[in-house]
Amino acid sequence: MTGVGVTVNGKHYRETVEPRLLLSDFLRHTLGLTGTHVGCEHGVCGACTVLLDGVAVRSCLTLAVQSDGSEIETVEGLAADGELNGLQQAFHECSALQCGFCTPGILMAATDLLSRGGRPERAQIEDLLSGHICRCTGYTPIVDAIEKAASG
Amino acid sequence: MKPAPFRYERPGTVEEAVALLAEHGDEAKVLAGGQSLVPALNMRLVRPAVLVDINRVLLFDNVRSADGALRAGATVRQADSRLLEHPLLAEALPHVGHFATRNRGTVAGSVTHADPAAELPLCLTLLGGAVHTVSARGEREIAASDLFVSHFTTTVEPDELVVETVWPTPRAGWGYAFCEFAQRRGDYGLCMVAAAAGDDELHVALGSVVDRPTMLDVDPERPGESAAAQVEPWGNLHASAGYLTQLVRVLVDRAVNLARERAA
Repeated sequence: MTGVGVTVNGKHYRETVEPRLLLSDFLRHTLGLTGTHVGCEHGVCGACTVLLDGVAVRSCLTLAVQSDGSEIETVEGLAADGELNGLQQAFHECSALQCGFCTPGILMAATDLLSRGGRPERAQIEDLLSGHICRCTGYTPIVDAIEKAASG
Repeated sequence: MKPAPFRYERPGTVEEAVALLAEHGDEAKVLAGGQSLVPALNMRLVRPAVLVDINRVLLFDNVRSADGALRAGATVRQADSRLLEHPLLAEALPHVGHFATRNRGTVAGSVTHADPAAELPLCLTLLGGAVHTVSARGEREIAASDLFVSHFTTTVEPDELVVETVWPTPRAGWGYAFCEFAQRRGDYGLCMVAAAAGDDELHVALGSVVDRPTMLDVDPERPGESAAAQVEPWGNLHASAGYLTQLVRVLVDRAVNLARERAA
């Protein structure tokens, strides 16, 4: 067992975990933050994407012990005080989801993309979404929503 | 699925890392970005006794120019903007995995993993690059032409750690191009080609349809046709052998034309 100290959405946690525990399972099962979803567990579906020290990563391809000392942001951290942030509001207005399972990961990857400044082109957003191809579809309104959030 | 149990080590220096590899040999696996290793752990395709996490080794995130090459440390990520000064890497890197996996996946990891359908081993081969390794026995530089043996197999020994990948800087007046065909952006390419042209020379390297990145000796007058005549791709679930051969023909011509256009 190994100690892990992390800050998740501004709150500090210290836990003792097995080294083989994935960050996705640490967030969901150890910390109870079930907004981060688990789909394929091999990095393809993107549902588990979180921000690790500010950049989007697959939490299913990161060991919890590797995040020791890091700052993590998950989808639960986006709506400060229960108010949807600009990106979430744009998703709401564009009906940018179908079943919604992969939405948390898309929101976190888009948060990283938008944090880099500028207005991403549609092709860049589509490239981003290639890492989030899940079971259903409905990608056009998702591209619209990210574009809208970038211009807002 | 979840990984089988392993011992986790997080060395802070190269010396500590290579001491662990010397001690554990092929019972140990080096964990860098983990974008290929962790899926294999999750599916229990590999069950190492010890994982040596090199992410906190000092100075491993360095990128430097020396001796006519861009030298990238072992934990330089595929998304690192310092790599974009090399035109071939700038063209190939957007094809490597996805936005979020490039944030974490390393250049050295992709090279050392030696997937024949990976972009970076192909680029290293075309450029005549190398990897620099350190072990308790000493250091050495392995040229790309001596590095890749077959699928997921290199000449890096279990006790050796790749500490740098070495990317020769573009030659003055030469043009470079990378072309790939994949079913979806970020998927493994069905076929990929890298080409360099200049000083009346033409270099072509082929990936995906071969067991390792392979330099081809092509006819400058009919590069695609002569490349296609040299390969015997195995058909797979997604593409027949004939279709893959046609991809070789088309992508070699496309990459060669682009490289020639870009040459001064």
